[in-house]
Amino acid sequence: MSSSTDFEPKIIAFVCNWCTYAGADLTGTSRLKYATNVKIVRFPCTGRIDFLLLLKSFAQGADGVIVSGCHPNDCHYTSGNFHARRRWIAFRTVLDLMGVDIRRIQYSWVSAAEGSKWADLVNNTVADIRALGPYTEYQKVADYLEKEGFDEEA
Amino acid sequence: MKKLRDRAVALLDEGTVSLVIGYEEGTKRPRPLFCRNSETARKLIFDSRCFHNLAVYVTKKELVGKERFAVTAPISTLRSILQLYVENQLSEDKLLVLTVDTSGELREFVTFDEISAYVAQFEMKRGEREQEILAKIEGMTREERWKFWMAEMSHCFKCYACRSACPLCYCTKCVVEINRPQWINPWPSPLSNMEWHVNRAMHMVGRCTACGACGDACPVGIPIDLITRKMMEDLAPEFGYIPGQPAKQGNALSSWKLDDREQFIR
Repeated sequence: MSSSTDFEPKIIAFVCNWCTYAGADLTGTSRLKYATNVKIVRFPCTGRIDFLLLLKSFAQGADGVIVSGCHPNDCHYTSGNFHARRRWIAFRTVLDLMGVDIRRIQYSWVSAAEGSKWADLVNNTVADIRALGPYTEYQKVADYLEKEGFDEEA
Repeated sequence: MKKLRDRAVALLDEGTVSLVIGYEEGTKRPRPLFCRNSETARKLIFDSRCFHNLAVYVTKKELVGKERFAVTAPISTLRSILQLYVENQLSEDKLLVLTVDTSGELREFVTFDEISAYVAQFEMKRGEREQEILAKIEGMTREERWKFWMAEMSHCFKCYACRSACPLCYCTKCVVEINRPQWINPWPSPLSNMEWHVNRAMHMVGRCTACGACGDACPVGIPIDLITRKMMEDLAPEFGYIPGQPAKQGNALSSWKLDDREQFIR
């Protein structure tokens, strides 16, 4: 196990196409520097982000997850983010009951104009996850009898 | 109990219904009975030991057919029936519901409004067993909860009895049967077992009526009914619905409020 000083967290970000993805793009075009630990997955809407995808990220070795989309009332599809917000409330309740570390899932609203907010969000999340350390608790369970299934999908 | 049996026999003899789903005496405890004639209906029983949630059968088209049928239902089953009605799985002209109230009188419901008014008198409470285990879980730290559930999940061998026993798990194709992509690995392992139970709980948001059928059906005794029960207890007040009562503002996950909680969103 690597010591906490040289631990680089792996973070998967599930973002919506219309706000946060464009916001992250703006971060780049504005030449703002932010942590490189994040891998962005683009979705049509936060309402499309399946809760199982978040669990799958942890199973495949992510230490943290960012889920971000349009601010309330800004959704490209009018209400996708409101539905998503409800699902997240429910999901957090279920995960907390099961003992999954919900501090590792960071939800946010980042609009297409908030390039600097995206940089801050990633930096803060990376700092938080770095403090929490690698999510070995989950990955230990995930490695047990599970590896084969992931290769099949490739 | 005798009144209920007589009524069931009469209904079948009159031809009002073609099928009565009820309970009969089993070897150890009551078991479901399907009466297509009055002969069989004479074996019907109904008492406090009858806990199987018979609402699980009312959505099975191959079983109930196109004719009108009757079902005998304790309170927990009535709640499930109401939830199925809310989800447009039942219609009033096909179903007749029989129950025996606390004073031993036979009650016969034709409309869902009648059931709703009757069920509203009964408060949803944790039983002794639920209270005991949930109090234990609520007192744990997160790490302890994880260990507790991982130990429990390691017994699960994915028989899906919980799914079969649940009246609200009526999808004809379940997510675990979808293999492109394979969301949840089909073999039993602690992680995929947990994923299955998280998934099951998420599909029950705003729907679970805490009848306990899943936990009772579990052959290895995992208290899985408490996952959905706890979730229901936590979310029902927040989302503003009453489990087992018609939802006035739509189902929990297909509706939303402008002021839903979002302190956790940065």
